[in-house]
Amino acid sequence: MKRLSSIEELRRVQETLSQGRDPDRLRVRVCMTGCRAFGAVEVRDAFKKAIEENGLDKKVDIVETGCHGFCARAPVAAIDPHGFFYQQISVKNVPEIVRQSLIEGRPVEKLLYKHPQTGQPVALEKEVPFYKEQTKIVLRNCGQIDPTRIEDYLVRDGYLAVAKVLSSMSPEEVIGEVVRSGLRGRGGAGFPAGNKWKFARNAPGDEKYIICNADEGDPGAFMDRAVLEGDPHTVLEGMLIAAYAIGARHGYVYVRAEYPIAVVHIKKAVADAKAMGLLGENILGTDFSFEVKIKEGAGAFVCGEETALIASIEGRRGMPRTRPPFPAVAGLWGKPTNINNVETFANIPPIIHRGAGWYAGLGTEKSKGTKIFALAGKINNTGLVEVPMGITLERIIFDIGGGIPGGKKFKAAQTGGPSGGCIPASLLNLPIDYDSLTAAGAIMGSGGLIITDENTCMVDLAKFFLTFTQSESCGRCVPCRLGTKRMLEILQRITEGKGELADLETLRELAPMIKDASLCGLGQTCPNPVLTTLNYFFDEYRAHIEEKRCPAGVCKALIRYQIDPETCTGCGVCRKACPQKAISGKAKEAHILDQALCIKCGICQAECKFDAVKIM
Amino acid sequence: MSEPLDLSRVDEILDKYHGEQGALIPVLQGAQEAYGYLPEEVLRRISRGLKVPISRIYGVVTFYAQFYLTPRGRHVIKSCQGTACHVRGAKGVLESLTRELNVPPGGTTEDLQFSLETVACVGTCFLAPVIMIDGDYYGKLTPKRAVDALKKYSRTSEKEEA
Repeated sequence: MKRLSSIEELRRVQETLSQGRDPDRLRVRVCMTGCRAFGAVEVRDAFKKAIEENGLDKKVDIVETGCHGFCARAPVAAIDPHGFFYQQISVKNVPEIVRQSLIEGRPVEKLLYKHPQTGQPVALEKEVPFYKEQTKIVLRNCGQIDPTRIEDYLVRDGYLAVAKVLSSMSPEEVIGEVVRSGLRGRGGAGFPAGNKWKFARNAPGDEKYIICNADEGDPGAFMDRAVLEGDPHTVLEGMLIAAYAIGARHGYVYVRAEYPIAVVHIKKAVADAKAMGLLGENILGTDFSFEVKIKEGAGAFVCGEETALIASIEGRRGMPRTRPPFPAVAGLWGKPTNINNVETFANIPPIIHRGAGWYAGLGTEKSKGTKIFALAGKINNTGLVEVPMGITLERIIFDIGGGIPGGKKFKAAQTGGPSGGCIPASLLNLPIDYDSLTAAGAIMGSGGLIITDENTCMVDLAKFFLTFTQSESCGRCVPCRLGTKRMLEILQRITEGKGELADLETLRELAPMIKDASLCGLGQTCPNPVLTTLNYFFDEYRAHIEEKRCPAGVCKALIRYQIDPETCTGCGVCRKACPQKAISGKAKEAHILDQALCIKCGICQAECKFDAVKIM
Repeated sequence: MSEPLDLSRVDEILDKYHGEQGALIPVLQGAQEAYGYLPEEVLRRISRGLKVPISRIYGVVTFYAQFYLTPRGRHVIKSCQGTACHVRGAKGVLESLTRELNVPPGGTTEDLQFSLETVACVGTCFLAPVIMIDGDYYGKLTPKRAVDALKKYSRTSEKEEA
């Protein structure tokens, strides 16, 4: 890799790379990030072997990409230039794909995605409903390029936005462009990014910092991980532009240590960008200099809060402090600091490259652009989707997400993680943007979207989130430290069948106090899951309290398992699996569960192939 | 039975970060990687090396989930407690692991073979409910399949392999 000494040289390298790229070249794009858990490494090796055996190694490239988004169908691969999409591939399918698709140029029908309504196979990636409905801006390179090769990024207009900024825009013009784009922070609160930059720019001080918040702590959100793993240079480019705009020379990426691949890829990206003169002293021969360091988090949810994150980088306990002063004025080491999250930075290069007007044309009046959601829970198409703001929940869940598995009924969508809320079926037409979600009592948050069905207990879900926030509360301020504890105790009682109706009043009373009086976002938002479930699923709370019944069949103290003698075939699987030896019965005769011994672990139900274990 | 600790490894780490602002957490991370946990002697050495009071170091170590003051098992099981895992039955998985290993979450088996930990989210929600054993993912688990996954890492099967 040669160090580039001018903007012209970057443009020349880009042109050479683009011209050298044959659009008709055969490429196998294999996801090597999330799909690893399903054997992607073995699949890649099988492709290598089959391609060599067929003497194709000079004609075909294997591109080890980041996430393609369709995680439910892992491991996935796509074949270019045809655009064939293969899913749930196993090693033994590979020779067939090589023969039919790479040599003969036609799809292997049995490995294609089947349209859920028509059952027809869909050959092309772009025709798969999951992809068809998406608008990929932030994820434009994820699944397309090898994230460990800077050349792959350069060939897709990489670092052109930096070139544009350095050659023709003043810092004020850059900020103006970001303001006009309407981009709001993707980390959760949705503060306008351009304004945040302006505050840091205008704050007095000769040393300023940029921090990329990659401490994606919301359980159920994994978009930042996918972007860092699948397209780390776009994040660096966004940081570079922000650094130029506010006048920073140093930056940090604060990344969760639980994301090992992301850490490796961003470190490689920093090293490569530095070797090419895109980071470091006198970038592209200009007088702009910027260094980036990687800091690995140490496992604390509250460090996603910006002042806590700063404390952590400084080597202290990650506890938030009161604001003002805001980090834009006094942040890292007391200097003006601008913090944005991964997805926010990744939006910047396309905004600069294609213009604020283009970006502002996407989305709704007050929420511009796209948002990535991590679809998970009781949904068919678990994965990452990027959609324009303002799309309805229904389209995300049913058109893209493929609906609820097992013919079950949709119950609620949980957005925003522990800070968010549960949106019921009656609001499926809700447009997804910052303000509509807030009005519904939830928040956009970082974009986790957990789908629940009729077998999810909403009281238990509220308790789950409170358990999380209570244990992650840093303990600095009383409303959060004690408030979460008291709320959790009440929810605990209700799920054990010991609740009273007056408890619900206490919850409603505590919630606004905790929201109003807590120091940081963790406490200010943690009552949301309780409030929204109380608002939308009040009957479930009442059933737990008045009838001592858990309608979804989740809360252990209120349920019991029973073997249905009509359905039981006497196969004996449950009898052998039961850790308590609570199940008895002869072979081929209906089995019986001894309630006195049962600990309600649910193993018998999970193991029964005939659905004979019922919850009463 | 315990041999004296080789403190040269922590000294090397301290040298690497010498004079760097905010070095405490990376130094602790490096030391934990070298020793598997953070023994008191190592922490005292770090305190002297970085000129940070031991009380502050203790505060930091106990604040973050990643640091351990006691030795951990040969294999670390991380049971994901994220939302997607929760609605797909993570609780049952964790309970069955707890029963099988006879240690509470956060505990280590007496033979130091396994540590059982919970983690807020490993970001592989499509595998829910999921556990990680060392670096490997085991997804779409039932309480029984989670226990089955342990077998490969048990003392007896490791002996057989050796």
